[in-house]
Amino acid sequence: MADVKIDVKGETCPVPLVEMRKALRKAAPGEIVEVEGTHPASKKEIPMAVEALGLELVEVEEKDGVWKIRIRK
Amino acid sequence: MVDETKSDKATIIVHSGDMDKIYSALIVANGALSMGMEASLYFTFWGLQRLQKGGLEKGPLSKMHFMGLGKSMIKSRMKKANVASLEHLFKDFKELGGKVIACEMTMEIMGVSKDDLDQDLIDEYGAVGTYIHEARDAKITLFI
Repeated sequence: MADVKIDVKGETCPVPLVEMRKALRKAAPGEIVEVEGTHPASKKEIPMAVEALGLELVEVEEKDGVWKIRIRK
Repeated sequence: MVDETKSDKATIIVHSGDMDKIYSALIVANGALSMGMEASLYFTFWGLQRLQKGGLEKGPLSKMHFMGLGKSMIKSRMKKANVASLEHLFKDFKELGGKVIACEMTMEIMGVSKDDLDQDLIDEYGAVGTYIHEARDAKITLFI
């Protein structure tokens, strides 16, 4: 289960990345942030950002063009 | 965690006031902030005009502006592609801790006073020394 859910379906560059970062800044350490979106490049780039931020990528899944990425702060 | 410690930095000189180039500057800067870097934008020359009150969205298109026709065409295509407005991008930039520096010499040349500028957007007024101070330890620096 995610503690914080962000819906960026239909949003394009750079909004998914920015919304992920905004949510992570507000989250408490240990909380799970789930980002759900459709922008193809962000599915690849959010995990890059998670690595750069030194956080844990919990799960990436995709179904019918909608991806969900779970991150632990 | 990189979050609260001193992080890498991106600094961008925003020399152009063209709408498409302001988009480039803000998108790159917001990307840097989102990926854990600090970011600062140094607005000079034509770029500074975009910091004037109500001036953010007023820039022409750098190519094929065609008296505003090209710009409105691109704007309608951007709307269709659901691209965020410059105002939205600027708000995100500030929320993520981005810094805006306004060039004082440009203000003098263009006859722009602090009252003419949207001071909510500006963190600092400075000259080349401020930019070098920002840029000398930056990992990314761009001139747009």
